[in-house]
Amino acid sequence: MHVFTDPKNFDAYVSGFLWILKLTGASAATALVLGVLLAAMRVSPVPVLRGFGAAWVNIFRNTPLTLVVFFCYFGLFVTLGLSLSQDLDLNVFWLGVIGLSTYTSAFVCEAVRSGINTVPTGQAEAARAIGLTFGQTLRIVVLPQAARSVIAPFGSILIALCKNATIVGTIGLMESSNVMKDLINFNGDAVIQIFLVFAGTFAALLIPTGYFFGWLANKLAVKR
Amino acid sequence: MSTSSVLYDHPGPRAKVRNTVLSVVFGVALLGLVYWIYTKFDQANQLEAWLWKPFTEPKTWTQFIVPGLWATLKAAGLGMLLSLAFGIIFAVARLSDHRWISIPAGAIVEFFRAVPLLLMIFFIFYGLPYVIDGPVTAFWAVVIGLTLYNGSVLAEAFRAGIRSLPGGQAEAAYAIGMRKTQVMQLILIPQAARAMLPIIVSQLVVLLKDTALGYIVAYPELLQRGVNDLAANYGNIIPAAIVIAVIYIIINSLLTAFAGWLERRTATRRARKPRNNQAPTNATTVEPQG
Repeated sequence: MHVFTDPKNFDAYVSGFLWILKLTGASAATALVLGVLLAAMRVSPVPVLRGFGAAWVNIFRNTPLTLVVFFCYFGLFVTLGLSLSQDLDLNVFWLGVIGLSTYTSAFVCEAVRSGINTVPTGQAEAARAIGLTFGQTLRIVVLPQAARSVIAPFGSILIALCKNATIVGTIGLMESSNVMKDLINFNGDAVIQIFLVFAGTFAALLIPTGYFFGWLANKLAVKR
Repeated sequence: MSTSSVLYDHPGPRAKVRNTVLSVVFGVALLGLVYWIYTKFDQANQLEAWLWKPFTEPKTWTQFIVPGLWATLKAAGLGMLLSLAFGIIFAVARLSDHRWISIPAGAIVEFFRAVPLLLMIFFIFYGLPYVIDGPVTAFWAVVIGLTLYNGSVLAEAFRAGIRSLPGGQAEAAYAIGMRKTQVMQLILIPQAARAMLPIIVSQLVVLLKDTALGYIVAYPELLQRGVNDLAANYGNIIPAAIVIAVIYIIINSLLTAFAGWLERRTATRRARKPRNNQAPTNATTVEPQG
């Protein structure tokens, strides 16, 4: 374990995972808001909104995340000059958040939409029968029930997002995968340990998260 | 669409007016946004003809895009085959009655599902050569990484599919004298595969998209050839990225459409259940990941 007893390497390891956690947190919050809005658009009675939601989902779900992140860097930053922070790392970080949340919102949207599908038709019919509008039906009756059935998919999306955060490394952020690459290049004798530490950290973060969401989904499931 | 009719009534005269007004307002806002993006790109000189001209030349396609696409499809195709095999083997192993098989299989599946693909590819490409004392090509780094990751996700999908089958299926098979292997091969796996088809194909789309990570180990796939190399030659990174994105979107949409067709085709032979039960309930914990 001599690699990680060196304080320089250990700090790099910690800061790599801090970047991952920050990317995950910021992107998850943005993607959640964006995804729910998109899902509301996709089930709305207005055709233009539905079309916009569908186009968004089809474009971003079918484009590799690497390309989306690339586009944020070369398109938004290099070409259009969108600079989000004076600090070089923070700038890349925010560009990464834009890419990750744009991509993830498409998956959130689909999860919410399939959650809405699990709500029995009678619920919405009853809501309409007592005179609720589309917005009220969605907000008061359908979404709260749908929310409980999308906990498990949300867990998967969050876990995938955390792993996908490593892709921001391709535009130069020193997140965990880049740190691991550097450590491997300088410590050829300890590659297995290095991989096990990095992979193990991800596993230690994400496997319990998966079980937690599974437990939560079971606990909160609407019994029908 | 079943959802859209659930949430609102057939529009009456007032709702029709309201919907039209909303459509127009949002449409105008959308056009405004598109125009704004257009002017921004125009100001950044991204719309000049010479940037797009390379795409009218055959050389661009024969030297960059088609070879890149071929490399992508090669890695994705092999990755798909291997990860389907990996998925079936590990799903069956995890369901085994022998704990010395099921526990390690479960640990392996959980581990590879939790490790980012990029980390795996980095390890295989940069780390493994130190261990095996020889180089690993970028192609195999990508394919092995894709197989371990997507195979693990597929293993969970198959396992959930097998567990969602009615117990009577296996019992009946045992009753007519089949052995365990036969029950798995002939009765359970085919049904599980069909039940989980949507998830399996979504995962294959994920796999295809993930080949783009080959870019980081300089595997000459579509992203590398199309965005990096092409743009290095012509200095047109934004147009190149747009063209490549369109190609990815087309391929993946075709794959999804194929899955839909396959599902409709196979669904007709299944007894129709009430409309609200779409997927087996304990299968919802397995989602495509990527």
